[in-house]
Amino acid sequence: MTDVIVVDYGAGNTRSVRAALAHLGKSSEVSSDPGKIAGAPYVILPGVGSARSAMDHLNETSAAAALRDRFADGGAILGICLGMQLSLEMSEEDGGVEGLGLLLGEVVRLHADRIPRLGWAIVEPWGDAYYFAHSYAAQSPDSIATSDAICAAVQRGPFLGVQFHPEKSGDSGLDFLEQCLSRA
Amino acid sequence: MPFPRLIPCLDVANGRVVKGVSFVGLRDVGDPVELASFYSDGGADELVLLDITATPDDTQTMTSIVAQVADVLEIPFTVGGGVRSVADASRIIESGADRVSLNSAALASPWLITAIADRYGSQAVVVAIDAGEGVVHTHGGRVATTTPTLEWAVEACERGAGEILLTSIRQDGKRTGFDLELTSAVRSAVTIPVIASGGAGSAQHVADALRVTDAALIASIVHENPTGLPGLRREIENLGIQLRPLKERA
Repeated sequence: MTDVIVVDYGAGNTRSVRAALAHLGKSSEVSSDPGKIAGAPYVILPGVGSARSAMDHLNETSAAAALRDRFADGGAILGICLGMQLSLEMSEEDGGVEGLGLLLGEVVRLHADRIPRLGWAIVEPWGDAYYFAHSYAAQSPDSIATSDAICAAVQRGPFLGVQFHPEKSGDSGLDFLEQCLSRA
Repeated sequence: MPFPRLIPCLDVANGRVVKGVSFVGLRDVGDPVELASFYSDGGADELVLLDITATPDDTQTMTSIVAQVADVLEIPFTVGGGVRSVADASRIIESGADRVSLNSAALASPWLITAIADRYGSQAVVVAIDAGEGVVHTHGGRVATTTPTLEWAVEACERGAGEILLTSIRQDGKRTGFDLELTSAVRSAVTIPVIASGGAGSAQHVADALRVTDAALIASIVHENPTGLPGLRREIENLGIQLRPLKERA
């Protein structure tokens, strides 16, 4: 059986996620098939693109419903960047987009010095630097880590979401992904 | 604020790295995949791959290289040269690049910036500006346009660019330091990050640039001594610029 299903929503950069998984010796498949999302040992919802087109794609393929069911059944999901943002109740990107609602909170436009916020930054309380590339950020009671006082990670039950890109964060990112997979 | 970034730039022609890369420490200096991986291990924060052939029949070669680089690299990378349409950008991003860099195509068709940003997000669009004498240049800096540099930088930003890659034609290749005045002026005019390019000859030059902007592009200073990247990082840090802490996997 494939170790990880990487959820396809049209515009995601799935190749880098799969390369990082391969580096860790994990097999992966890109799919939006609800049956595969339900049955996989681990699911990653990756993140590049715009909120509306990503969410539309998830709804059209029934991947959205499959992700909600998987979450309700306690199946592990890792959301990366936009993939994390889509798991919240809503996003103000693209004039307002309803999210998966797995976690509480919403996604708002960043108030930072420079937008997009690009580059490596320390995540507290974890202490390592990871790569960020975002213009929006989560505001959630489920926040478990921050970077420059911006939400860097959220968790509720089997869902862990990160604003940074572990697949682009060198050795820190690989270590992070390995830990995620080993806890699943 | 994220840490300032150090970004080696590889010029690629017909699938091979060109322009003065030293052989020291490398098996095949012309292989972009090996060199990219080498710089990543040496502490590059990001990479830029610039396709300097970029003839239409070359796109297949570059796409294949992008995919191979994406498979070995665990840091972000930008691909420039030959991106003239949304389809070009899609091909490159879907092959695993994080961002595309637009230069003359963005000047000719500014809507392209918005079209790519709408699809992949602003963070995926870098607008490269070759600047000299206050105006934007094309054709690798050889032809001056009438477009003022600052005006174009602001327009690129407003149209959805996520970063400006600013090359000073005057300083490029001279190794006497970045054009700090130009870099500061552009950075003050826009709200997106700015990568300084052109003129890096020493750690001091890079440190000076990183005091006024978000990232510095480096070329010959690393290509002449690819194994020297970790040392260069330390020198820059000793000059008071804090770069991201590197972590070794257990």
